[in-house]
Amino acid sequence: MKIHKYDTVIVGAGGAGMRAAIEATKRSRTAVLTKLYPTRSHTGAAQGGMAAALANVEEDNWEWHTFDTVKGGDYLVDQDAAEILAKEAIDAVLDLEKMGLPFNRTPNGTIDQRRFGGHSRNHGEAPVRRSCYAADRTGHMILQTLYQNCVKEGVEFFNEFYVLDQLITEVDGVKRSAGVVAYELATGEIHVFQAKAVIYASGGTGKFFKVTSNAHTLTGDGQAAVYRRGLPLEDMEFFQFHPTGIWRMGILLTEGARGEGGILRNKDGERFMEKYAPVMKDLASRDVVSRSIYTEIREGRGCGPEGDHVYLDLTHLPPEQLDAKLPDITEFARTYLGIEPYTDPIPIQPTAHYAMGGIPTNVMGEVLADNTTVVPGLYAAGEVACVSVHGANRLGTNSLLDINVFGRRAGIAAAEYSAKADYVELPDAPESFVVEQIERLRTSTGNERVATIRRELQETMDANVMVFRTEQTIKTAVEKIAELKERYRNVAIQDKGKRFNTDLLEAIELGNLLDLAEVMAVSALARKESRGGHYREDYPNRDDVNFMRHTMAYREVGADGSETVRLDYKPVVQTRYQPMERKY
Amino acid sequence: MATPVLDKADAAGQPEPGFADSPYITVTFRVRRFNPEVAAEATWEDFQLEIDPKERVLDGLHKIKWDVDGTLTFRRSCAHGICGSDAMRINGKNRLACKTLIKDINPEKPITIEPIKGLTVLKDLVVDMEPFFQAYRDVMPFLVVKETNEPTRERYQSPEDRERFDDTTKCILCAACTSSCPVFWNDGQYFGPAAIVNAHRFIFDSRDEAGEQRLEILNDRDGVWRCRTTFNCTDACPRGIEVTKAIQEVKRALITRRY
Ligand SMILES: Cc1cc2nc3c(=O)[nH]c(=O)nc-3n(C[C@H](O)[C@H](O)[C@H](O)COP(=O)(O)OP(=O)(O)OC[C@H]3O[C@@H](n4cnc5c(N)ncnc54)[C@H](O)[C@@H]3O)c2cc1C
Ligand code: SF4
Ligand code: FES
Repeated sequence: MKIHKYDTVIVGAGGAGMRAAIEATKRSRTAVLTKLYPTRSHTGAAQGGMAAALANVEEDNWEWHTFDTVKGGDYLVDQDAAEILAKEAIDAVLDLEKMGLPFNRTPNGTIDQRRFGGHSRNHGEAPVRRSCYAADRTGHMILQTLYQNCVKEGVEFFNEFYVLDQLITEVDGVKRSAGVVAYELATGEIHVFQAKAVIYASGGTGKFFKVTSNAHTLTGDGQAAVYRRGLPLEDMEFFQFHPTGIWRMGILLTEGARGEGGILRNKDGERFMEKYAPVMKDLASRDVVSRSIYTEIREGRGCGPEGDHVYLDLTHLPPEQLDAKLPDITEFARTYLGIEPYTDPIPIQPTAHYAMGGIPTNVMGEVLADNTTVVPGLYAAGEVACVSVHGANRLGTNSLLDINVFGRRAGIAAAEYSAKADYVELPDAPESFVVEQIERLRTSTGNERVATIRRELQETMDANVMVFRTEQTIKTAVEKIAELKERYRNVAIQDKGKRFNTDLLEAIELGNLLDLAEVMAVSALARKESRGGHYREDYPNRDDVNFMRHTMAYREVGADGSETVRLDYKPVVQTRYQPMERKY
Repeated sequence: MATPVLDKADAAGQPEPGFADSPYITVTFRVRRFNPEVAAEATWEDFQLEIDPKERVLDGLHKIKWDVDGTLTFRRSCAHGICGSDAMRINGKNRLACKTLIKDINPEKPITIEPIKGLTVLKDLVVDMEPFFQAYRDVMPFLVVKETNEPTRERYQSPEDRERFDDTTKCILCAACTSSCPVFWNDGQYFGPAAIVNAHRFIFDSRDEAGEQRLEILNDRDGVWRCRTTFNCTDACPRGIEVTKAIQEVKRALITRRY
């Protein structure tokens, strides 16, 4: 075991982690621990764009953007945070441009902007062009640009280091962050990083679903690490199902395709979104479009021999426009489906896409131990965190924005904190939890396989807690997850070695997914209403009287060692906007 | 009613247009194995798989790892050609395993899968990427602008100037090009195509002011003049970047000092 000491440790090198690192490195001795090489992070998969009311192509302002964000999130958004997001969006985009990001340009040389779902002029009047983009590779350009600037700033990376535990020391009854424990993939060595400040920027957790746009590596490691240490997770029942994933594969086809004029059609060729969202049509908010697609499918208007998908039609758009604005997604259709989007519509279905919930933070990125108390020295930003700017449903292009705005804020706040704070003493044998976990898996003689349990988990999640949920389906999921958690104790791995033991790490990642799936299902069961991405067929309406509040889930360990999820609730911050019915 | 399950296991068993009754075929994956914890030498190992030929080579590797041999080791993340993790030599050509469909690589014969060449193999298909990233870092892969030229809003750039370097912005640092280059195989000191591509991305960006410095770096004896225009890199690039053309443009810029 090795012990390292840094002022600031950042977990993750996606957009949020690297944006934080650029700030933190300037102000404090910083290490970035990342399980992937930075440029492999899933931020690179983001396609459509990053929202900011630059007003480069038409009238726009940050107040409209704030309103759209609050409404898009079905009023579960903390409005003070949404206002910061929308205001700081403009500088966030300009900062990236100055760092070198190659945005698409207007004829007069300014950053070009396009339409995206849920973004409107003047509080819902008509779609507005607010998304700053670089073809359909905006995330790739953000990730590359931030990495380039990390190289420029001399950011210190520990690549292929998996953070597996959060160290907490209680000082005078206050939980404080003492550091993290990491596993080095290349050697199997354990490293303890003592740090004055730790920032989680470890991304999402989509891999508990089967049909998902998320990478294999998005397994919620950060959420699970803090949850296991008794800290809460907020709003985990809210997961976004993006309307247009490639049929059966889940690979994303950006909403920008509809922003450029693409149309969803059922088997009769009907533009069905006109029925469900007369104003915004195909560009209504994602939860609305995903439910509309499944309604079409259920009512027998789905496409294909099994009627199990609908079409994204781009055939009426000029090939030059597709080549210039949507080169990557049209190539995905060719590569993975053998379909030519110039002439043929693309089969799509909703795909599990984005975790609105996560580690609760305030607007400085400080992690909360309950509804109000911060954990000194602990920060989170990006998809792993819940500020909450996305509420019950995130608007497209608001996450690339979130990672930049709150990644920067967390980087500055953490570094300023570590400049004046002292190290917190490490707990005794800080590595013990990780060492035991690894030894148990390495020496297990059980007869369960990681892949089998993971498949069953993904199948139950897709079937029971996806776009449509009921008491009964959620209960089915809760029971199945409990069974899988039990079986997980008997999981055995084949690779017993130290070098690049990805067999071992997949087993650990599965443990994280199981914990988080349980939190999601239990939180969803208790929320007896429909709001944003959480749709209960047995409670189809939003219930502001009982449920205008954030869910806070805590892990409870009984005297007999049994684990349960305890739920509590936190008020929503409302400033300017009173909840209204959400129509598009 | 629950969300309709579209991806039922049995749905995969349905016939698909263009294929015979069962979509599944039997293929052999012939994989280069190496684990220094077990043996000093690399060996070939064959795996037989039942697989839908429209699946990716990466899906096949996962089938092996998840259901047959958990020790098989490779890098991967996004599974759709965007993160650059899984460049490997498939039937002797560098490709991304997640962007290569089984049906496109002659599945009647055993499919050979090896680590990319020219970088030290650490385990199975995993190579040491450090020298590759070092060459990248050495070309100053970031925008350089004099502080005094910093505008308050965005810098302007015409669509034509933006288009000038578009091709080389697409790079995902997968190393397929560099590890297909015979010059790089013979001399690991050569910067390699990927580093030159990333220098090109800035040299031809109208906003950048360090083109001259980067050109000097690439004028080095391990720089761009080592390229022998074999086009292996262009063939290998999964992003369709015209790598050789980019290298030629850098060479020309060195001669004319115009870019
Ligand atoms: C296909 C796709 C398209 C999208 N398109 C858009 C879009 O157009 N606009 C938009 O606004 N949003 C979009 N999103 C959402 C947005 O891209 C993501 O929410 C955002 O990029 C997440 O960034 P992040 O930095 O939080 O996480 P990531 O980029 O996922 O990075 C996570 C990092 O954490 C590291 N990590 C994880 N676990 C550990 C561990 N245990 N130890 C150490 N390191 C760890 C990883 O190595 C990685 O570096 C899209 C998402 C997807 C999947
Ligand atoms: S130029 Fe192409 S092949 Fe080379 S590293 Fe970049 S993406 Fe990979
Ligand atoms: S797994 Fe990301 S490029 Fe293949």
